[in-house]
Amino acid sequence: MAGRVPAIFAPAAEAPKPRTRPAMTAGRINAADALTISALTVTYGTIPALDRLDLTIKPNELFVLLGASGSGKTTLLSAIAGFVRPTSGQILLDGTDLSGLPPHRRPVNTMFQSYALFPHMSVAANIGFGLRQQGISRTETAQRVQAMLTLVRLEGFGRRRPTELSGGQQQRVALARSLAPSPRVLLLDEPLSALDQSLRRDTRTELVRLRRSLGISFVLVTHDQDEALEMADRIGVMRDGRMAQVGTPAELYESPADRFVAGFLGAANILPCMIDGTSVALPNLGITIRTARPGPTGPGLLALRAERLRIGGNPLPNRVDGTVTDSTYAGDALSVSVRLADGTVLRIKRALSDGLTAAAIEPGTTVRVSWQPEACMLLPP
Amino acid sequence: MTAATRRWVLAVPTLWLILLLVAPLAIVLLIAFATPADRIPPFSLGFTLDNLRLVASDPLYRDALLRSLRVAGISTVICLVMGFPAALAIARAPSRWRNALLLAVMLPFWTGFLMRINAWIGLLADDGLIVRLLGTPHLLYTDTAMYIGMVYTYLPFMVLPLYARLSRLDPTLMQAAADLGAPPWRVFLRVILPLSRPGIAAGAALVFVPAIGEYVIPALLGGPQAQLIGKVLWEEFFSNRDWPTASAVAVWLLVVLIAIPAVVMRAAKVPPKR
Repeated sequence: MAGRVPAIFAPAAEAPKPRTRPAMTAGRINAADALTISALTVTYGTIPALDRLDLTIKPNELFVLLGASGSGKTTLLSAIAGFVRPTSGQILLDGTDLSGLPPHRRPVNTMFQSYALFPHMSVAANIGFGLRQQGISRTETAQRVQAMLTLVRLEGFGRRRPTELSGGQQQRVALARSLAPSPRVLLLDEPLSALDQSLRRDTRTELVRLRRSLGISFVLVTHDQDEALEMADRIGVMRDGRMAQVGTPAELYESPADRFVAGFLGAANILPCMIDGTSVALPNLGITIRTARPGPTGPGLLALRAERLRIGGNPLPNRVDGTVTDSTYAGDALSVSVRLADGTVLRIKRALSDGLTAAAIEPGTTVRVSWQPEACMLLPP
Repeated sequence: MTAATRRWVLAVPTLWLILLLVAPLAIVLLIAFATPADRIPPFSLGFTLDNLRLVASDPLYRDALLRSLRVAGISTVICLVMGFPAALAIARAPSRWRNALLLAVMLPFWTGFLMRINAWIGLLADDGLIVRLLGTPHLLYTDTAMYIGMVYTYLPFMVLPLYARLSRLDPTLMQAAADLGAPPWRVFLRVILPLSRPGIAAGAALVFVPAIGEYVIPALLGGPQAQLIGKVLWEEFFSNRDWPTASAVAVWLLVVLIAIPAVVMRAAKVPPKR
């Protein structure tokens, strides 16, 4: 099937040029095709939903917008699609400023969180809707709808109504419908949120595979950090209408820019510290530890992930003693809380692998917590 | 709720329907098959199809019925064309405005119907406001005046069901259509209009059915030349005292009134596309 996919999206020789979407006629994919957003501000009333936001989406990447609700990620998606009018700023695609164009003239398509399938049309008519708007003939639309149905593995479902399909099938129809007009950028608003857990995991890999074979950029909104880390080529963490940090999943996970990003990507323990090169003092505990990467000298924060702390066993170079206050079994791991001398509680996730037992640790047990210098993440205060 | 209480609760509306709908209908049917007689009441019971046959064949009744259908049809179409944008605008208005706008639609009902129609006589008369200000030709006692009165009276019955439907349309469907490249007019034709069919059908039925039997507005505002079926029925009953013929007219009217909405309602179901 992978072999058929490019054929659908290659500019077909017999296809009439899209009439209403001038920016699409260029049909080439190169560095200039990246979406460039500069100083974008969107204000609802007096509250800024986006605040002078800058962002560049590279061609052919899966970019994930990650943020809590109210952080502005859906507003950003709506602004790119054209449903929200920016107060100021630019959205450039292929050198054309989109911000003045109405939604129907933008060469981007959206896959809606609710799917928004047309209930009065068949699956085939839904998928073909965008093609018909471009002035593509009925016969060619029918052919391309068939190809899209194959792409999302729904052959034979064309004549059904959306309401006759399961949630997962509706999701794939929505995806096919938004992909059919060959958008330059596909926007996906929480595309997996309506699916159940197991289907969601399958769909993640499916989306990544699909995007690779299509060679277009996806901008995906989610509030689920696992989803973001697993799928993204790059992630932008949003906070209060701005980009808190943009980078690859590894960059964000291993070296978060600040306390907020570290916390959002699951760093459970953040302690105040004094940094001096690779030597980090924890004044409240009266100890000094080592880090692998030096930080800026002065006061700062030390972030430690729960799963990179070890309890007992062979101690690692950095050590601290504490008392277990709580331990709970969580399937693949044991979650342990350890109170340190200054009252700080460390959260530790002890993976239940390598023959470790699921036995809980009695509260009150004194334990030694240790970690590698590489596990230390230094943040500005 | 126990079965006994449920029976009692249902008994009241059932009795109401039997007394005020089924019984009069049965009486009308009975008289339609009776023969006229010079006595009180002016018929003798029997079974004859003469009355129904007469009403179906005599051009007086047939033309009046056809003309009523046309007047009701045109009034319905004008109400739809005027009511759809109004309903759409109310549905899309900021929520704090919506109730006030709906109230404005229903406001005319707070004054008596005859009073409002008489007010229109004053407005449409040759020395009235409209003719004077707009310099239009003579209006009162013409078809135009009649249609103004009909649309004025029945427009709320079109706007309200349309609004009920349009306000519940998922706005992301319109966004999705625009996102897929549909300009606003095509979003309207391909998404909003097909999805509001049940509202259109309900509104059309609510306007068309009473408009067909309407005789007050044509009598007060329309010209004297054209007979409508409601007026014919009135005259047969009260002026000619020919109850069997009047009943036959009523029966034919009922048949038409049941048949047309049934067809419209069937068409209103949102059908699958392709």
